Amino acid sequence: MSDLLLPPEHRYAKMIEQRQNEDGSELSILNLGPTHPATHGIFQNILLMDGERILDGEGTVGYIHRAFEKIAENRPFYQITPLTDRMNYCSAPINNMGWWMTLEKALDIEVPKRVQYLRVIVMELARIADHIICNSVLGVDTGALTGFLYVFQYREKIYEIYEEICGARLTTNMGRIGGFERDWSPAAFKKIDDFLNEFPDIWKEFENLLARNRIFMDRTIDVGPISAEKAMSYGFTGPNLRAAGIDYDVRVMQPYSSYEDFEFNVPVGKSGDTYDRFCVRNAEVWESLSIIKQALAKLPEGPFHANVPDYYLPPKEEVYHNMEALIYHFKIVMGEIPVPKTEVYHPVEGGNGELGFYLITDGSRTPYRLHFRRPCFIYYQAFNDMVRGQMLSDAIATLSSLNVIAGELDA
Amino acid sequence: MALETSVIEDKLTGKFGDKVTGFIQIKDILSFEVHADAMNDVMRFLKEDELLRFNFLTDVCGVHYPDNEVNRQFATVYHMHNWMDNVRIRFKSFLNGEKPEIDTATNLFLSANWQERETYDFYGIIFKGHPQLKRILNMDEMVSFPMRKEFPLEDGGRTDKDDRFFGRKPDNVNNN
Repeated sequence: MSDLLLPPEHRYAKMIEQRQNEDGSELSILNLGPTHPATHGIFQNILLMDGERILDGEGTVGYIHRAFEKIAENRPFYQITPLTDRMNYCSAPINNMGWWMTLEKALDIEVPKRVQYLRVIVMELARIADHIICNSVLGVDTGALTGFLYVFQYREKIYEIYEEICGARLTTNMGRIGGFERDWSPAAFKKIDDFLNEFPDIWKEFENLLARNRIFMDRTIDVGPISAEKAMSYGFTGPNLRAAGIDYDVRVMQPYSSYEDFEFNVPVGKSGDTYDRFCVRNAEVWESLSIIKQALAKLPEGPFHANVPDYYLPPKEEVYHNMEALIYHFKIVMGEIPVPKTEVYHPVEGGNGELGFYLITDGSRTPYRLHFRRPCFIYYQAFNDMVRGQMLSDAIATLSSLNVIAGELDA
Repeated sequence: MALETSVIEDKLTGKFGDKVTGFIQIKDILSFEVHADAMNDVMRFLKEDELLRFNFLTDVCGVHYPDNEVNRQFATVYHMHNWMDNVRIRFKSFLNGEKPEIDTATNLFLSANWQERETYDFYGIIFKGHPQLKRILNMDEMVSFPMRKEFPLEDGGRTDKDDRFFGRKPDNVNNN
């Protein structure tokens, strides 16, 4: 059976033959993916199985590679935001804001305090949306569909908030250099308030459903563990690293967008297994809720964008009547904005870890080089190491708790 | 006490002499150049020295500079981060344009594995000693290295795009 799948020179074919000669037992090859309902994205894993135990795995990625870095080298700076949406599409606003902040760092633009707070609010909402999906899908993969459907409607409410802010839902393309495209409407704040009132009870209920559930604990404790040293060497960041016990969080280490103004804890786990990853994400949702509340309470009045006419589109009415506005409008739309020659690296704490933008500009209208440090891509390489010796069903739970997003992995 | 950038510079130049050059603070990150031969030693020193303690390899990527002289046409860029003192650094190793080769960092950081494969995939930079240097995001059959500057964004043979305002004619091949 297995020799039909693999060429005879493949190392697994050799291992199968060797084992056959040793004791007559038969190892098998299992092709998990590329499209499989339990892989949540397009990943292929060729697993060498001994019965139901995984001896080794080999991953193939890149099925939805869309050459974002190459496209970015050929687009004006404005047109790169839609590319960032499509990386981690579960928390697109974080990617958008990260990109604007990278540009603002390159251009030395100081954004108003109100914008920074609004950005914090939308980024934390995105983090909640991201964690809702990851944790509830982990429930699905261990056999509990109810929780998923229950909390999913609150992701929908977060999307309604996005819609109120920028008009889009999944791939948000939110914001501008220096701020937002428009001030947030009263309806947006109303929806945020409603969300903050309703969601905690629902999340508490969801937490009760799984956190001390015997079946869930049996399926996740000691499943797919990784030690702190190994996680660090593998380049883990974000909740997956914190589950292994290291309290590294970009929001604390290098506060951006006024994160230093807020009080929050960085939840850490201990053993780096699937259960700890679940718990860390769970706790982070509570911290995010608290950050949003603090930001709303302290939200300063002021403009919703920085005063940078070179980079920020003028209001449409002015474009029709005001010569200068027309010129700025034209220059910005055509991508003729002055960008100095520089190099910046800007990290933000994405849903899955440190999302970094490494931008090299040469003074022209497009980036000379733009590299995305995509946390998923870097930590997914540890997957085979983590599932070695585990059962097949554990591999599914591990994959889902790592929250690997195909769009971010493949860029 | 926080780790001063001057300390990093002094320690590195003291140990490696002219293999490390061009120290410059760009925005918030200290950047410098490392001679390609010494890359692995410098990274090991940065990681293992008890004062420097750059314990985390944040990022590896390649850059193509086709307009440079032939020995500096490719660069591999490394970002490292010291979590104890919270300092980031960036260093570049410039490589030959015809034969870009550099030592792998997989012996120091497991995370370098896929990042170097990605760099190889897009730039054709060979990482010597890499355990499994093959393409990762592109298909195995591909022969070119698509992030090189000479590689066109669009397929030159496309005939479905006709937009003369933006300099696109049905035969894009003769356009450039």
